[in-house]
Amino acid sequence: MNQPLLNITNLTVKFPTRFGEFTAIDDVSLTIQPGEIHGLVGESGAGKSTIGAAIIGLLQSPGYIANGHVQLMDVDLRKLSPADYHRLRGNRISMIFQDPQTSLNPLLTIADQLVETIQQHTPMSDSDARDHAIQLLDETGIPNPACRIDSYPHQFSGGMRQRVVIALALCTNPELIIADEPTTALDVAVQKQILQLIQQLASQRKVGFLLITHDIGVIAEITHRVTVLRNGRVMEAGETAQVLGAPTHEYTQALMAAVPRLNTKLDRFHNIVKDDPSAEEEDEWDVPGASAQFASDWLLGKRNTESKTDVPSTHPILEVNNLDVIFYSNQPSWFRKRTGFQALNNISFKAEQGKTLGVVGESGSGKSTLAKAIVGLVDPATGTLSFDGEALPPGSKRSRQHPSRRRIQMVFQDPYSSLNNRRSVEAILTEPLKLYGHGGRNLDSRKLAASVLDLVEMPQRSLTKYPHQFSGGQRQRIAVARALIAQPEFLICDEPTSALDVSIQAQMLNLLKDLQTEFGLSILFISHNLAVVRQMADTVVVLKDGEMVEYAESETFFTSPQAEYSQLLLNETPSLALLE
Amino acid sequence: MWAKIKRASVENELLYLFLHSPVAMVATLIAVLCIAGALLAPWLAPSNPYDLASFDLMDSMVPPAWADNGDERFALGTDDQGRDLLSAILYGTRLSLMVGVFSVAFAAVLGVSIGLMAGYIGGRFDTIMMRIADIQLSLPAILTALLIDGVARGILPQQRHDELMLIVLTVAIGLSLWVNFARTARASTFVERNKEYVQAAEIMGMHPLRIMLVQILPNIMGPILVILTVDLAVAILLEATLSYLGVGVPPNQPSLGTLIRIGTEYLFSGDWWIVLFPSATLITLIISVNVLGDFLRDALNPRLR
Repeated sequence: MNQPLLNITNLTVKFPTRFGEFTAIDDVSLTIQPGEIHGLVGESGAGKSTIGAAIIGLLQSPGYIANGHVQLMDVDLRKLSPADYHRLRGNRISMIFQDPQTSLNPLLTIADQLVETIQQHTPMSDSDARDHAIQLLDETGIPNPACRIDSYPHQFSGGMRQRVVIALALCTNPELIIADEPTTALDVAVQKQILQLIQQLASQRKVGFLLITHDIGVIAEITHRVTVLRNGRVMEAGETAQVLGAPTHEYTQALMAAVPRLNTKLDRFHNIVKDDPSAEEEDEWDVPGASAQFASDWLLGKRNTESKTDVPSTHPILEVNNLDVIFYSNQPSWFRKRTGFQALNNISFKAEQGKTLGVVGESGSGKSTLAKAIVGLVDPATGTLSFDGEALPPGSKRSRQHPSRRRIQMVFQDPYSSLNNRRSVEAILTEPLKLYGHGGRNLDSRKLAASVLDLVEMPQRSLTKYPHQFSGGQRQRIAVARALIAQPEFLICDEPTSALDVSIQAQMLNLLKDLQTEFGLSILFISHNLAVVRQMADTVVVLKDGEMVEYAESETFFTSPQAEYSQLLLNETPSLALLE
Repeated sequence: MWAKIKRASVENELLYLFLHSPVAMVATLIAVLCIAGALLAPWLAPSNPYDLASFDLMDSMVPPAWADNGDERFALGTDDQGRDLLSAILYGTRLSLMVGVFSVAFAAVLGVSIGLMAGYIGGRFDTIMMRIADIQLSLPAILTALLIDGVARGILPQQRHDELMLIVLTVAIGLSLWVNFARTARASTFVERNKEYVQAAEIMGMHPLRIMLVQILPNIMGPILVILTVDLAVAILLEATLSYLGVGVPPNQPSLGTLIRIGTEYLFSGDWWIVLFPSATLITLIISVNVLGDFLRDALNPRLR
């Protein structure tokens, strides 16, 4: 049998900390054959990137390899001196990073960067190196490479830039390329092209790829074999189709169940990944009388006193008519006419009461601008908004006391920046109560805050903690709790799960669905991930470059999309279809 | 007990770093000693330099106690008027620290309010405030202080001026230092105001003043705290410089600067102690405060950790 390209056996990586040694990678073994694309999949903190860094010899200090072998063909990488390792890096192993915006030097032309790298490893003349560079750019699919080679990185789009990064990795004809989340920062259409390029390089050049990603769709699409990691341990490994199609390990099964599918809509995700059993047990700490029931009664009580008749109102909760948003460059001048960028162009739709409206589109399509125009952070140029049958004034004319400030609440994308790190969870949650003067003086705000936390399935003890003590998923729950405590009728979720792992995402989506059924919340759900929107939305709006391309019932949209762009978008989303 | 503190402090990043930085600990010790000495001057000092009856011209220019002709009553010797130098230094440090602390506090309150508003409101207000800051920055700090002092001398009658001298000095030094605070606060506010928690507060309809004070201010305190310590050293130095130039505190009230000024006049006649001891005190105080500021800057900067 021929020798594997990369052979890792019993790799253990430890990080000494002042709390004792932390084992980041525990007894991991994997092999990669030439021309094989090996997927390394796991949730954040699983140790995927640490394995990549250990192979390339760039473990972050003070981490060190405590045990195991790392062998590249005939070379034992652990025995190399730092100087030899440096020569080997780039020469035989290359790396592709996640963000093409930051992995190229913005002050050097592509030619400079490619030629320098080539000459670093093989002595050749400037013109030969340049010819070689042009050839590489051609191979990675840059049109008109002889001309484009003298451009600067900012003159390329994100996808093109990632191609340049790949060309840079190929410069020295490496045997192994470690790709760390190479498509995470890219739109689906571009992602598809980059994945095809990787596939092509693997089959033609016989380069081995270690593809590190959290996206199971990407793994299913192109890898030959896959290793599933959790907390630094291998859960399951083998042929991709077998591991993902018929997982045998409990964790892999749960993980697969949490992945939203493009072709089916689930009412709820089942078989959720259980929390890490090693997580520390907290001592009981309850606010007297606080319970999820109390919070839910409080939220429902408000609803019942407001709608005097039992007949559900017939008009849509939110109506957007011919909305235009134009951004002007922020340097006003008397001498220049203001030129603007049209972020939204003639958008009209209706959101029904108690239903979910999904807004999809690629980055820059104006999804977030739409949300901001509704909540009043951005002023529309023309067009009208109406909420629950009444006109909603544009942001700058909307008073701070306007009732819509309470009735419309928003959950943001990044749970790390949407909560103020310097305020306790209790302060964060009771702020809306003070602001809207809910319930008068006899309302025990602490009890209510604890109850709402209970409702979003967080321990009541969290009240006394600060946001930085929580994980991304937990922070997002707190953000939802903050929105709920305002007793909203309309919830805007701007990419609420895109910063979260799939299992946490599944929990979050379940929570949103439960809240909707219980309290009749109307939701505007913004996402770039079509599979997630499929699970949530009743109606879908597709945006492209600020224009509305399609507006349809969710079922119709996913089964028979009308607009050409929608079809393209659906085709390019990595799916697990292969496995079914 | 030490072990207990260490264990408890594992939770507190700042305290942990502090307990593992001997330099910072020594600097704190020295700074605390200086401050304690200054605060307790009336009880520690052998004589009162403000009390004209307590010193005798006959005792002038006595060298330190251990030198030839030294007098054991005056541990560090006396100055040209027969004042005990140790007492003068203790009282002088008290005055210097007081001017330093108050002027930095004045500068911080002024600068941070302007910076917060400029960063949060932006637009024309920001432009105007920052141009004023630029103008302020193009004037050397000493010139600003001299100008304000000169104006005050012109407006106020001599006697009132001597009474209000300390306040004038504090305002003068404070006005030359506020720009640093304003710029830092503005830059940090720019970063914070675009974060989603501020947007969340805006959507809810929170009052802008409350957003600035309750939401943003705690998040920008890190860099401001650092400037606070660094500028404290600068302010003490400025006071010493102004007093040295003769426009600072009145000559009958010893500050470190006035003592050094008196000392230099006698430096070449071999009476070294008058200039040496106040200078050494000033340098030690400033170095320890600066080291503390550096430590804080590193400890509070997550990227350097």
